[in-house]
Amino acid sequence: MPVALMKVHLCHKDREGKDNNIMSKEIIKIENLKRDFTMGTETVHALKGISYTIHEGEFVTIMGSSGSGKSTMLNILGCLDQPTSGTYEIDGVSMKDLSRNELATIRNEKIGFIFQSYNLLARTSAIENVELPLLYNSKVSTEERRERAIKALEMVGLADRLHHTPAQLSGGQQQRVAIARSLVNNPVLILADEATGNLDTRTSYEIMSLFQELNKQGITITFVTHEPDIATFSSRTIVLKDGNIIQDYLNDNIQSAAEELAKLPKEDH
Amino acid sequence: MRVLNLLKIAYKAIVLNKLRTLLTMLGIIIGVASVIAMLAIGEGSKESIRTTISSMGSNMITVRPGEDDRGPARGSGGDVQTLTLNDYKEIKEKSTLLNYITPVVNGGGQVINGSNNWPSTIYGVYPEYLDIKVVGLQSGSMFTDAEVQSASKVVLLGQTVVDNIFPDGEDPIGKLIRFNSIPFTVIGVLEEKGENTFGQDQDDIVIAPFSTVQKRILAIDYLNQIMASAASEDDAPEAVTQVTEILRAQHKLLDYEDDDFTVRSMEELISTFSSTSEMLTVLLVAVAGISLLIGGIGIMNIMYVSVKERTKEIGLRMAVGGKGSDILMQFLIEAILISITGGVLGVILGLSATVFIEKFLHWPTSVAMYSIVISFAVCAITGIFFGWYPARKAAALDPITALRYE
Repeated sequence: MPVALMKVHLCHKDREGKDNNIMSKEIIKIENLKRDFTMGTETVHALKGISYTIHEGEFVTIMGSSGSGKSTMLNILGCLDQPTSGTYEIDGVSMKDLSRNELATIRNEKIGFIFQSYNLLARTSAIENVELPLLYNSKVSTEERRERAIKALEMVGLADRLHHTPAQLSGGQQQRVAIARSLVNNPVLILADEATGNLDTRTSYEIMSLFQELNKQGITITFVTHEPDIATFSSRTIVLKDGNIIQDYLNDNIQSAAEELAKLPKEDH
Repeated sequence: MRVLNLLKIAYKAIVLNKLRTLLTMLGIIIGVASVIAMLAIGEGSKESIRTTISSMGSNMITVRPGEDDRGPARGSGGDVQTLTLNDYKEIKEKSTLLNYITPVVNGGGQVINGSNNWPSTIYGVYPEYLDIKVVGLQSGSMFTDAEVQSASKVVLLGQTVVDNIFPDGEDPIGKLIRFNSIPFTVIGVLEEKGENTFGQDQDDIVIAPFSTVQKRILAIDYLNQIMASAASEDDAPEAVTQVTEILRAQHKLLDYEDDDFTVRSMEELISTFSSTSEMLTVLLVAVAGISLLIGGIGIMNIMYVSVKERTKEIGLRMAVGGKGSDILMQFLIEAILISITGGVLGVILGLSATVFIEKFLHWPTSVAMYSIVISFAVCAITGIFFGWYPARKAAALDPITALRYE
């Protein structure tokens, strides 16, 4: 078992056993998180008081049918949306009283977000798309920005596609660009919202194997999906239903996406 | 956030969407250019009227018989016979503000030289006429007071008349011609003046001694008008008052009686025509204003829509860490770049159009500085505001709301 995963299990035990272990660093800690939406006169309770902790190095999938609140959950984790009540800490910092600008800085420096529909800038080369988050970080120089963007694209296996625009890339490649963009700011946490939802099985597995690689390098990942097979690649699964957690379990039998990919019938091309 | 990065982002966004940028600019370009060109035409015609009238002698004062015939119900002033040579003598004697004065009689007829003839108008005047009208001689000389006294049969011709009755280009000086049936010796040719603003040929004219025309040709004992020139342009209004008083006394008009003559200075004429062209300018300004308004609405629409449709992009930029102020600055810079560039191109296009109109349509034009400033300012400000306003709204959304905007 890889070292990173060992650590995850240890951490998890701490959480379960309410022990304090200095080795485990809490990346996400939410308590009694609620999110209400007002639709006309009706109030929809999308999240009804959720609490959990994610430790450094974990690969968590959040599952649930549509309407279960999993995307709302993720948007709040990504500081794209604000909870109605409850506390939320990233890397030990409470998000509760942060201003819009401070939240933007958190998104810029601590979080990498990956969307189902990639959300790349049209007619813009892969490298420029990847550079985007760093443009909003004044600490990064032009040269460093370029360097880091190239490195991130190399990590996702697109070293030879630096100057292709989204229209010139396949769906899987576009999602890789989006992943590179989420990596480029060295985030403590990567959040993926149905990142494989628009992709075929083979490409999905390719992307999942990429996520597993990144996780092995110590990056904490939270992945929203409704596909059970995707969940088998993660180390922990949280299942939501109607705004409540109904299951939270460690995966004892983590599948390797690379191996599963090899088992798929070869496509003839 | 470094300004340099923002400039880079804005520049990339503009370059990446050349067509959108161009279409947005087009509204500004056309708005600015049309206003400049239209006002240039209005100002130009106003100025041309002014200069033509001044070149006719801006100190000039005319006295015509009959009441003031300006206005819609224009009577035929020529039929009124209230002006006589005694009036002329009285004014000449009593007025202190006039340099030159001459009685004028005029009538139409045929100018004949052998087999060539030409219909024209003959003016019977005193030699002072040339000084009043500010017209020189091309060749020959003016008749003298003595020739007026003796009712000599001598004439001076305008260039148009010369061209038509001496088609072979011979020197008309000393030649014998006839006006209607009366023979005259040509003693001079008037300087060419061309057409005036109202399209009248100022060279289609024959000038002869006053008494000759009054007695031998028209056989009348009244005057068609009296022409005079004030000592200076500033004296003209006062001279008009003075002449009016002299004539009222001369005509023994009682206080309640209206003038039976009309005294007018060129200054008045200028203001009459200026007010006409002023109206033209007002009309053009109104049209320009409307096109500016429509242009502005166009700019507003295209800016609004092009920013609105980028709400999702704004959401993404915020999701990867762009602050609201960064987004706003980006769109503001974009709007400024587009509006300023469009405005400058519009000014250039407007000025070129003006040159084109002047050169090829031969309309007088004059570019007014204020038209450039106003049109540029209105279009630029509209462009910038409506580039900034929807961006501000989008930047105030939660990132996720902006991202989900369709």
